[in-house]
Amino acid sequence: MKIKLNIWKQENGKTKGKFEKYELDGVDAEMSFLEMLDYLNEKLITEGKEPVAYEHDCHEAICGCCSLYINGHPHGPGKETATCQVHMRSFKDGETITVEPWRAKSFPVLKDLMTDRNAFDKLMSAGGFVSIDAGQAPDANANLVGKIDADKAFDAAACIGCGACVAACKNSSATLFVAAKVSQLALLPQGKIEAKRRALNMVAKMDELGFGSCTNTGACEAECPKGIGIDFIAKLNREYLCASFSEAE
Amino acid sequence: MSKLDAKIPEGPLAEKWAKYKATQKLVSPNNRKKLDIIVVGTGIAGSPAAASLAEMGYNVKVFCFQDSARRAHSVAAQGGINASRNNKNDGDSVYRLFYDMIKGGDYRAREANVYRAAQVSSNIIDQLTAQGVPFAREYGGTLANRTFGGVQVSRTNYAQGQTGQQVLLGGYSALKRQVSLGKATMFPRQQMLDIVVIDGKARGIITRNLITGEIERHAAHAVVLATGGYGTIYYLSTLAVQSNGSAAMAAFRKGAFFGNPSFIQIHPTCIPVLNEYQSKLTLMSESLRNDGRIWVPKAEGDKRKASEIPDEERDYFLERRYPAFGNLVPRDVASRAAKERCDNGFGVGKTGLAVFLDFRDAVAKQGKKVIKGKYGNLFDMYEKITGEVPYETPMMIYPAGHYTMGGLWVDYNLQTTIPGLFAIGEANFSEHGANRLGASALMQGAGDGYFIAPYTVSNYLADEISNKVPSTDSPEFVEAENEAKAVLDKFLSIKGTQTATSFHKRLGQIMWTHSGMQRNEEGLKKALVEIADLKKEFWSDLIIPGTANEINQELEKASRVADFIDLATLIVNDALNRKESCGAHFREESRTEGGEAMRIDDEYSFVAAWEYQGADKEPKLHKEDLKFENVEVKVRSYK
Repeated sequence: MKIKLNIWKQENGKTKGKFEKYELDGVDAEMSFLEMLDYLNEKLITEGKEPVAYEHDCHEAICGCCSLYINGHPHGPGKETATCQVHMRSFKDGETITVEPWRAKSFPVLKDLMTDRNAFDKLMSAGGFVSIDAGQAPDANANLVGKIDADKAFDAAACIGCGACVAACKNSSATLFVAAKVSQLALLPQGKIEAKRRALNMVAKMDELGFGSCTNTGACEAECPKGIGIDFIAKLNREYLCASFSEAE
Repeated sequence: MSKLDAKIPEGPLAEKWAKYKATQKLVSPNNRKKLDIIVVGTGIAGSPAAASLAEMGYNVKVFCFQDSARRAHSVAAQGGINASRNNKNDGDSVYRLFYDMIKGGDYRAREANVYRAAQVSSNIIDQLTAQGVPFAREYGGTLANRTFGGVQVSRTNYAQGQTGQQVLLGGYSALKRQVSLGKATMFPRQQMLDIVVIDGKARGIITRNLITGEIERHAAHAVVLATGGYGTIYYLSTLAVQSNGSAAMAAFRKGAFFGNPSFIQIHPTCIPVLNEYQSKLTLMSESLRNDGRIWVPKAEGDKRKASEIPDEERDYFLERRYPAFGNLVPRDVASRAAKERCDNGFGVGKTGLAVFLDFRDAVAKQGKKVIKGKYGNLFDMYEKITGEVPYETPMMIYPAGHYTMGGLWVDYNLQTTIPGLFAIGEANFSEHGANRLGASALMQGAGDGYFIAPYTVSNYLADEISNKVPSTDSPEFVEAENEAKAVLDKFLSIKGTQTATSFHKRLGQIMWTHSGMQRNEEGLKKALVEIADLKKEFWSDLIIPGTANEINQELEKASRVADFIDLATLIVNDALNRKESCGAHFREESRTEGGEAMRIDDEYSFVAAWEYQGADKEPKLHKEDLKFENVEVKVRSYK
C-alpha cells in the first residue's frame, strides 16, 4: 500500500517545529506502525536525509516508551492499544496519516516525536511507594489480601506510564496516572499506612509540575492503552478528601 | 590456561551464605555516607540493588539509557517469579529449587551460587509484597501459585501475565523513594561507553548524554553493572529493540572475563516471523504451556486448518516424546523438538516454521472464563498482532532468541575479575548454567539486587573507607573519554551507504543460521568468516546522519551494532570450543541415538571464562572447574 505522512519535525526543545510531508510506497499491511516508521527512516537515511526521531523499545505494550499521537489520538486507532500494537492494516491505501508528539506543558518536546516525561518520575518520587527497606518485610502471607482487592489493585497497577492520559486531556492533567498509583496502594493493606500522605503529596506535586486539573471528561480512560478506568479517579478523590479533613501528619 | 578462583566459602552448602554474612567485612553506618556507588541499569536487578544500597546509607548514582528507570526490559517478563515457599504443600524446598535449577541448567552452573539464589527466593516475595506488588491471590487471601516448565511443583508467583512489570515497578518505586530522600540520584538517558579502571580497580564510568551528546565522566568507589542480556544479537528476539551487550563488552575490553558467552536461550513459544520488515518477535509466556497443548499434523505438509484435522491425525509431539513432563519440558528441549518437526516438513502456517499451541481442550474443560482469567492479556496481545482469536483457533508459535545465560564472569561475591566491578542479574553468567528454567530470571535478578549485592558490595567497600573518590580529571578518566570520543567520531566519519540496522539484520541472520538452536563445527567456522567480512564492511560503509552533539538515534544504534559484531565472534569461538551439547548449546556432533543433547562431563564440566587480548586478537580461555558435591550428575531426562 501507499500512504502519505504528515509528521511533526522539531530540531530540539529550543526551536520551533513544523509538519513535514512524506510519501511512502511499498508499505505492507502486516507491518506494525513502528516498522513502517523504521522503513521510512531507513529510506530517508540512505537518501541522505534526516530520519524522524521517535521512542520505542519493548514492542509489547508494556515499557511505555512509545508515545505517538496518530490522527488525533494518543497511540492511534484501536481501543486499549499502545502505538507498538498498531498495524498498518488499520489504515487505508492512500490514506494521509498525521503523527505528532504528546502535547502537554509538562512534557516538553526534545526532538521530533520525542518528549521529556520526567515529570512522571517526579510524581512517583512524591509518594508513589511504600516506605519499606529491604530486609524488613514480613511474610507475604502474613497480610492476607482478598482476591477481589488484589485483582482491583492489579488493574490500577497495570499503568505503563506512557502519558497518553495527559496527552488526551484538554487540561493536560495527570490525574489518571496519580489515581492509578494512589488507588493501587490504598487497596492493599501494606499501602494503607501511608495512604493519606501519599494522596496529598502526589496531588500537590502534580499541581507544582504544571499538570492541569481534572474536569471529568473521561478522555484519559478512552485513550488509555491499558484500559485504566476513571473509577480510580473517584477513589483518588475520596482518598484526597479524607486525607484533607484528617489531622495533619 | 589458569584456574579461576570463585571464592566460594568453605563449609556445607546450606551454611555457606549464612557463614559468609556472619564473617564478612562491614561498613559502619557513619562511613557509608562517605562511599559512592554507581549502578548501571534499572531492571529487576539494578533498581533493587540501587535502592537497597541507598537504604543502607551509601550514595548511589543510577544510570539507564531509557528516559525512566521504569522501562528496562524486565518489565516485559510475563509468567512469574519462583520461590521455594512450599505454598502448595507439594514437596517444595530450598534444596528442591536448587536441584531443579542445577538439573535444568544441565549441570553447568556453580552449586554455591544456585543454592544461595534458592535460599533468598522467599524473601523476595515478602519484600515485593510489602512494596505493594499485587501478586495473584486465592479467595482466602493467600498467595496463588502456578507451575512452570522443567519442575514438578507449583512454586511460581505471578501477577496475571505481567509479573515482570509489577516486580520491576516494585524495585522502581523503592528507588524513587531513595531519590526523594536524596540518597540516590538518577541519570536517565545516558549510555555507558566505558569503565574507568585506576590502579587495577573500577573507579568510574564514561557515559554519553543521549540528549545533548555530551560525554560525561562519573567517579565512584565501586561500579555495579545490571545491564541485562544480549539476545538482540539475533536482531529478531524477544528482547526490547534497544537491549544490548555494550556495557558487558566495555567491561570485557577493560579486563573482565566473559563467562559462557554461547549459552543463549531460545524460547519455544514466540509469535513466528510474519514479514521481512519485522523488528522483533513477541514472546507468549511459558505459563501457557500449563493449559495449551503443542502439536503438528501427523502428515507431512498437511495444510488443512487446525479445526479440520481430527484428533487421531494430530501429533502432540512433546507429550509423545516426554511423557513425564509433557508440554512442560524445559525451554531448550521444547524449542529443539519444535525445530525438529518443522525441519522435517511437519510445520504449519504460511512459512511452515510454526507449531500449534492449542487451548481447545482447556477451554472445553475449564470454560472460557477461567482461561481468560489466567491468560486474558496474553490472548489479547496475540490477537492484536496476528488478528486471530486463540479461544477459537490455536496459536501458532516458533522459537526465538531470548535470554542469555552467559555474561560477565563473577565470583561468589558477584564481582568480576576487575576488583570493584560487580555484575548482577542477567548481565552475569552465574546461576542458570546452560539453560534457564522459567520464572527464575526475575528471581535471580531480584535476589542479586535486594539480598546479595548489598552484602558483597559492602564487603568490598569495607577496605575503601579511607580512599577518596578519584578526581574525574585523573589521566585514566581523560584517556577513557578520549577513546570513547574517537570511536564515535570514527562512526560519523565513515559516511558510507548502509544503515546500522541493515548491518544488525545481517549479523542476526549469520548468528541465527550458524549459532542458534543447533550448531556444528562447519557452520560455526563459516560464521567466523562471515562475521569478519561483515565487520570490514561495517567499518567502511556505515552511514550515520547528523552529528554527535545532539539526539542521534542512528549513532546509538551504530555503537551497539559495533559491539554486537565483536560479541558475535566471542560467542562463536565459545561455541566452537565447547564440543559437547549441554542445555541450550546443542552441538550436532554430540547427541544420543535418540537425538537428545549429550554432555561430555569428563572434558567440559567447566565454565569457560574468556579474557580479552586486544582488538581482533583471539581471547584467552580460562576454566573454572565445576564440582558437584550435593547432586548426582546424571543424564538430564524429562521422559
